[in-house]
Amino acid sequence: MFVAGVDIGSRGAKSVIMEDGNVLSYSICDTGPESVRAAELTMAEALKGTGLSLKDFSYIVATGYGRVLVPFANANISEISCHARGAHWYFPSVRTILDMGGQDCKAINCDEQGRVTNFIMNDKCAGGTGRFLEMIADVLQVPLDEIGSLSLESTQDLPFSTVCAVFAKSEALALLKKGVPKGDILSGLHDAIAVRCRNLLKRVSIEKDFTITGGIAKNVGMVNKVKEKVGLEPLLATDPQIIGALGAALFARERAESQGGPRES
Amino acid sequence: MRANYGYTDGTGDYFITIDTDKCNGCGDCVAACPENIFELAEDDYGKVVAVVKEETRKRVGYVCPGFNGVCSRKEVNCHSACKNEAISHTW
Repeated sequence: MFVAGVDIGSRGAKSVIMEDGNVLSYSICDTGPESVRAAELTMAEALKGTGLSLKDFSYIVATGYGRVLVPFANANISEISCHARGAHWYFPSVRTILDMGGQDCKAINCDEQGRVTNFIMNDKCAGGTGRFLEMIADVLQVPLDEIGSLSLESTQDLPFSTVCAVFAKSEALALLKKGVPKGDILSGLHDAIAVRCRNLLKRVSIEKDFTITGGIAKNVGMVNKVKEKVGLEPLLATDPQIIGALGAALFARERAESQGGPRES
Repeated sequence: MRANYGYTDGTGDYFITIDTDKCNGCGDCVAACPENIFELAEDDYGKVVAVVKEETRKRVGYVCPGFNGVCSRKEVNCHSACKNEAISHTW
């Protein structure tokens, strides 16, 4: 039986194809301005080389910010439940999940079955999220995938007063003009974001085990700072960015099974 | 599940928490809220519970007058309407 999960995030579109409880393939694309197109692109990318087409799927679940815009999905489920489900599949011992996404951050607690017991998200402001890091990388003219490792080279602590994109950008520019190394600026900003994440996590409860999901979990500098602030060593999936889509695929499998066999189409 | 709806901004914390283990989906809070911010919806595990309306979540601090300062003085409010004490506010 084949099922799929499609996670249309604010910055990245991810899809995961599962066959009988194993991940067969996955893909990550940019969402861009058209979520419908992003959904089709990411799915086409994941289908490549599998020899499958959409009609071979018993069930497809969409999640994420653009979940209602996935034309081929059978159902849509909130990304909070999907992240909990996906993280639990990877690490059954996980009770606390920090999802660091493109435009928001979420703190989630789940139980031993991977069901959400407590969640919080701060989606009013995108300060200190993936989009914010993209903007900072652009200001400093450092490739996005290098900012994390560069921040680790920092030799001094720079306190940033804000993770507001507007103010942090001018603070960063001012420091740059003073000749402060980019690594120190990045380290200071990562620190400020980690503090914001810790405060969000404190509103739920910080219990072992702890994992970080979402695209920012691939940033070693960020993971390091979060570990320092939260005081727990995070378990990290091979690709933390696909956890939401993976959770969606797991929901799809459950629903396909409860429906009793593949759908007729 | 403790579902926290809201945000923190420069002026404070604005979270409405609905404990979906306590909520029985009766809808009494929907009728009690003067600003009509609640609705009933099925959660991801198939249970019908009260939720804060999607369009209200990012401005809940402006739409909901707040329990501690305002609604607690009213005879009927979402807290008093809820027999299972599933709803709480941070402000």
